[in-house]
Amino acid sequence: MLEIRNLHARVQDAEILKGLDLSIGPGEVHAVMGPNGSGKSTLSYVLAGRDGYEVTEGTVRFRGRDLLELDPEERAGEGVFLAFQYPVEIPGVANTTFLRESLNAVRRYRGEPELDAIKFLKVLRERARKLGVADDMLKRAINVGFSGGEKKRNEVLQMALLEPALAVLDETDSGLDVDALRTVADGVNALRSPDRSMLVITHYQRLLHYIVPDVVHVLMGGRIIRSGGAELALEVEEKGYGTYVGEAA
Amino acid sequence: MNSMIGATATGVPSWLRSHEDAQARLPGADRPWLCERRAEALAAFAASGLPTRRNEAWKYTDLKALGSVPLMPAVTMPEPATACPVPTVLADDDVAARLVFVDGRVRPDLSHSRDLPAGVVFADLTAGLSRHEALLEHCLGHRNGITGRSLLALNTAFMDGGFMLRVPRGVRIAKPIEIDRLSGQARGSDGAPLAHHPRIIVWIEDGAEATVLENWAGGGDAVYFNNAVADVWVGNAARLRHYRLQDEGAAAFHVTTLRAEVGRDGDYETFSFSTGARLSRLDADIGLAGTGAHVGFGGVFMMRGRQHCDTTSVIDHHVPHTACREVFKGVIDGNARGVFQGRLVVHPGADKTDGQQSCRTLLLSDGAEIDAKPELEIYADDVKCSHGATAGQLDDNALFFLRARGIDERTARRLLIEAFLADALDQISLPALRTRLTERVEEWMRDRREEHE
Ligand SMILES: Nc1ncnc2c1ncn2[C@@H]1O[C@H](COP(=O)(O)OP(=O)(O)OP(=O)(O)O)[C@@H](O)[C@H]1O
Ligand SMILES: [Mg+2]
Repeated sequence: MLEIRNLHARVQDAEILKGLDLSIGPGEVHAVMGPNGSGKSTLSYVLAGRDGYEVTEGTVRFRGRDLLELDPEERAGEGVFLAFQYPVEIPGVANTTFLRESLNAVRRYRGEPELDAIKFLKVLRERARKLGVADDMLKRAINVGFSGGEKKRNEVLQMALLEPALAVLDETDSGLDVDALRTVADGVNALRSPDRSMLVITHYQRLLHYIVPDVVHVLMGGRIIRSGGAELALEVEEKGYGTYVGEAA
Repeated sequence: MNSMIGATATGVPSWLRSHEDAQARLPGADRPWLCERRAEALAAFAASGLPTRRNEAWKYTDLKALGSVPLMPAVTMPEPATACPVPTVLADDDVAARLVFVDGRVRPDLSHSRDLPAGVVFADLTAGLSRHEALLEHCLGHRNGITGRSLLALNTAFMDGGFMLRVPRGVRIAKPIEIDRLSGQARGSDGAPLAHHPRIIVWIEDGAEATVLENWAGGGDAVYFNNAVADVWVGNAARLRHYRLQDEGAAAFHVTTLRAEVGRDGDYETFSFSTGARLSRLDADIGLAGTGAHVGFGGVFMMRGRQHCDTTSVIDHHVPHTACREVFKGVIDGNARGVFQGRLVVHPGADKTDGQQSCRTLLLSDGAEIDAKPELEIYADDVKCSHGATAGQLDDNALFFLRARGIDERTARRLLIEAFLADALDQISLPALRTRLTERVEEWMRDRREEHE
């Protein structure tokens, strides 16, 4: 599904990713943990194709295609989805309008017919209800005036609508209360399927209790320095990242 | 007409010569009172010439390019342009009346006053002179103000068209009145560019209500000059919605000097949507003269290439309890330049004034420029006034977010620009116009893209 080899990326003048290898098979859920500033969000932006995140070396293949040569919107069409660590507020663009533009753009890309307003609203309401997204949030401008948790839910709603092949969740659990965490995790789990993969970036073992990963990676110093099963997350939480410092060098 | 070439920097001699040529053909040439008024105005213009950048109010807008154009008064044009499609805004059924001008000449075949209530005066200036002369004389005399305002003086001297609207006390006109002015279709002899000096008079008496939509259009790239003056009175508890669409031709000059006065509990809302002209300026003086008066002064300007768009205004709060909401939004691309000078004056005794002013600009290119100068002058107590001017670029975060959700870059930009303009466009309380302007924004984005490709 996703094959990252020897990925080097820089932001402005700093090299942040320094030879990162990661491969995720179809249907697998991988978790990435790592200290603040280790490059987790950088990795997610590189995958989504953000300007200013320059790949200097290495390859990223997604379902057999060179992901790095695609524009962000093409990547979305191909099935890459990034749930932002800090969801963007866009005053003046109604959430519903945006969601429909987005879904129909992706459907066009995939050669599926666009949904008319009525069909779209039906799908939207159904997904929103499952994720506890209030009608009012759909009418408001994108993320404007949303609480931290509401913004995260809105990200998961977008994911539920776009049904991506690869979902990258960048700290989607941060700032969620216990109930919200459950709802969000249920939403993610509902999408789990043999042909859908996930990359879950988190600081907390707690999330992985709900979304049980197949593999856990530790990202430090711009590389994956340790990979293991779900128990690695527990170890990280217990011992902290200090124990791995030698390995990062 | 060759003698008109070679104007000086301020253009005075050529204007004087062209006045001699035009004099006999100007409306009301046989009315001594009007000739006198014109002569006085011409003398005032001759004394100062076109405004230069030495004049503080014209610091950011240079009319030098206009001064060097050998303009010919449109009234001296031998042949009016014939059949050319006139772009209108609202459908015929959706307007109470329509008045169409092509190159300054009325097109009766395209005009109508189908739905005007009895007692309403609505006429082009020439017809107004023959049927409502006393009213016109009264309105022109009531507001002279030519000293220090050379373009206004020039308009009075050459006043060659335009219209007058008077809505009598208590009369409400439900549908808008649309005035379409298409310019730049014909040229004068020797191909000289034309100068028009339309005068607009709108008088909404106490308790009356009307909506006026001015549509300034100019297909093609002919040089011409529209030097308009609009005089507006909104009576006690009267209400006027005044929309202005400025989509003049690519090489055109457009200046509107707008003077308005709003009476007790009167409500004047004016909104300008400007996308056209090589150089345009709205010069507005709005006075809140009665307690409870309210002014909504807003607009959107979208400029590209080498266009220049200037919005200069003074809003005077003369009495207590008056309110003004001023919201302007600009989108500037290419090497275009915007100017926003907004002065809000709270005069002594005008306590409880509520004045808000803002101008926000989106700069889409490195060459785009805005000079924004909001000013507050407060001589009263207990007022609530604010102003602000900001300029920025499209938010990269937002753009990336939308693209990461599958929306192509062009659509993402359009969504963000529309979102940026939304609260300014929301000031328009005429749904059909709001829709039309949203389409205009899309058209503008499309043209912009074609230009870039
Ligand atoms: N636009 C930028 N300009 C300069 N430096 C940046 C930029 N974006 C990221 N960096 C730097 O890159 C490094 C990695 O940042 P990144 O956001 O990928 O970390 P992270 O692992 O996601 O951290 P956190 O756990 O705090 O979210 C940091 O040192 C950060 O300061
Ligand atoms: Mg991060």
